[in-house]
Amino acid sequence: MTHPTSHSPSLWQRHQIFEKNSIILVIGILIAISIGGLVEVLPLFYLKSTIEQVDGIRPLTPLELTGRNIYVREGCYNCHSQMIRPLRDEVERYGHYSLAAESMYDHPFQWGSKRTGPDLARVGGKYSDDWHRDHLRNPRSVVPASIMPGYPWLEQNLVDMSHIGDNMAVLAVEGVPYTAEMIKSAVSDAKTQGSADDAATAAFTKRYPKAISRDLGGNVGRLTEADALIAYLQLLGTQVDFKLYDDKANIR
Amino acid sequence: MDGITEKKLSFGELGLSFVLALIAVGAIFVAAKAWTPEFAFHAYLFAAAAIAGVFAIGNNYFARPAHTPQEIDGKPNYNFGPVKFATLAALFWGIAGFTVGLYIALELSWPLFNLDLPWTSFGRLRPLHTSAVIFAFGGNVLLATSFYVVQRTCRVRLAGDLAPWFVVLGYNFFIVIAGTGYLLGITQGKEYAEPEWYSDSWLTIVWVTYLLVFLGTLWKRKEPHIYVANWFYLAFIVTVAVLHLGNNAAIPVSIFSSKSYIVWSGVQDAMIQWWYGHNAVGFFLTAGFLAIVYYFIPKRAERPVYSYRLSIIHFWALIFMYIWAGPHHLHYTALPDWAQTLGMTFSIMLWMPSWGGMINGLMTLSGAWDKLRTDPVLRMMVVSVAFYGMATFEGPMMSIKSVNSLSHYTDWGIGHVHSGALGWVAYVSFGAIYCLVPWLWNKREVYSLKLVNWHFWVSTIGIVFYISAMWVAGIMQGLMWRAYTALGFLEYSFVETSEAMHPMYIIRALGGGMFLIGAIIMVYNIYMTIRSPEPAAVGNRAALVPGE
Repeated sequence: MTHPTSHSPSLWQRHQIFEKNSIILVIGILIAISIGGLVEVLPLFYLKSTIEQVDGIRPLTPLELTGRNIYVREGCYNCHSQMIRPLRDEVERYGHYSLAAESMYDHPFQWGSKRTGPDLARVGGKYSDDWHRDHLRNPRSVVPASIMPGYPWLEQNLVDMSHIGDNMAVLAVEGVPYTAEMIKSAVSDAKTQGSADDAATAAFTKRYPKAISRDLGGNVGRLTEADALIAYLQLLGTQVDFKLYDDKANIR
Repeated sequence: MDGITEKKLSFGELGLSFVLALIAVGAIFVAAKAWTPEFAFHAYLFAAAAIAGVFAIGNNYFARPAHTPQEIDGKPNYNFGPVKFATLAALFWGIAGFTVGLYIALELSWPLFNLDLPWTSFGRLRPLHTSAVIFAFGGNVLLATSFYVVQRTCRVRLAGDLAPWFVVLGYNFFIVIAGTGYLLGITQGKEYAEPEWYSDSWLTIVWVTYLLVFLGTLWKRKEPHIYVANWFYLAFIVTVAVLHLGNNAAIPVSIFSSKSYIVWSGVQDAMIQWWYGHNAVGFFLTAGFLAIVYYFIPKRAERPVYSYRLSIIHFWALIFMYIWAGPHHLHYTALPDWAQTLGMTFSIMLWMPSWGGMINGLMTLSGAWDKLRTDPVLRMMVVSVAFYGMATFEGPMMSIKSVNSLSHYTDWGIGHVHSGALGWVAYVSFGAIYCLVPWLWNKREVYSLKLVNWHFWVSTIGIVFYISAMWVAGIMQGLMWRAYTALGFLEYSFVETSEAMHPMYIIRALGGGMFLIGAIIMVYNIYMTIRSPEPAAVGNRAALVPGE
């Protein structure tokens, strides 16, 4: 590039092109900042190994999606992670380490960055619905030393289901496999999931395999935000059957 | 030109009034059909702000001369109005952000402070705190200093007449929308990128205008070289634009709804989020504030920048390497290992350009070290560079996977962030404000250097309390989580580790309280400076540094 002759400009002199021309400086900056981002982000979209091959992951039901939106609204991610690391103590405390596949339909991801409270990636099924209801109303009623805020308003607010289909339609555009039928029956599916012995349960479970319908007040038109959030929490981490899952097949 | 120019509405005044009027009408329409009262409230705020904007343009038209001269008596006719506004806004948001920070520290110490109300619960107030200190306080400091520095170092008036005002007012309006949104539960749920689609869209318009004003001022500069501080400002403005657009790509559910869904999901969203998140640190909280170092420290110390060549090397190395560092926020997660390793490698290498900047900042004091004894403003800025050096050593260390397995998810991260945010970013901002206010309001010096000294010591002790408490809390909790009994069982339940944090959380709140008290002392000092009748003596301005 350079010959050490006395006439060729030094590297410092060559740099003056950036110092004297703002557009060249902007272009230089754009090139410098693009490389790292492109190298780290783009392969994640085409490398097959990025997301594990695994059975059982389905999109959230309308009620669970509503619950997830409440989770996001209240900023739960500020204190709770949803990402179990493959470290001995974490696997023993919380369960199997998290797979990328388990959050593949999460817009946005909620892995979190701080555990002021425990990880929630596999909280589903660990506590009863009633425990969650008491805990959300007043965490100290079930965990005396807890520093979690109380969320008493969640069981007073009825869920707003009027636009849940619109929400699912947007997610479908973004790649979540919601079918037209799922979107059409969103409101009734939410009611079915929140009711015991609903006539439509079979059709609902066909659309959302292994989704659990139970008496949350759906049959009397009293589904609250707490019910939706609990439906979401009870699903977390339960979709993959780790008795069948082969860790070795997906080592990356 | 004739002696008398007829005053006419400029194209900018007409065009912007028209656009604002359209926004007002559109916003009222959206408000009427909004799906939630919270979104209707925001739409009305947009309408009110747009109408206020039209009135402001009208008022300005009647008050302004027919033609704003670029120079007066051969000297640039600097436009300091927007700089003054952003400086005062920074003080306001600083106090607000520190106060919310103290409040949520108290919530973590005693949960009854959450009041069982949605608007005051930790999950909604924490984003309010982070956004208020980073984007509101830090952002206004960057707007103020960049608009000041680019004018002085180019020796020209800021480009545009309405545009700089649109940038500062539009940016602060964005903050109001974002902040009130958090309290009302409007959030995207992405850390440090919580504002929803309409706030993000508005910020994009403001930010592009910011870039154009900055570039436009560079284009008409009277100096052949672009001063080094402006490289850093430019890298900050350009990169933040790229990050903002990439991370916030979202589809709104409806134009009548505040809700949107990010187009990215799961592991890709995680990578893009921390590509954004870590470079919000790298470009918003580092490049922009290094620009402050490159202007205000030489100015205050009356010494040239230590090494011009070092500034070239560390500028390019810093902006190239920072972009790679994001995955260190995702160690041991479901992000593929190759990405984690790349992130760790570049994070460790990043130590070098960071210390290049620190060395260049500190060594600028060569021959002027004695001023640290007598000038608390300079001391504040130099200590900020020392904190920068400390945080940029701690960061690479925490990005090593084995260290990270302990530190991640704990308060060590909170401590690390605050040694950077309080010790580095806030201190260099305070130093710049103490310099800037007397220059802008034409005073000889701040009202009381003694009070600056008080500010410095009260808040320094506060920072020490804060970060020591968080180191102890973080390392202790990390060790407790992985502690086993002799029989091979986990020794502590989660809530036991949480209980053990209580004393440290109280000490942290105390440290944060002292930092807030320091800032209140500053606000009083600045208020008295602006109020003081004493004008600056002619010719007291510090000598220009080479390159200006």
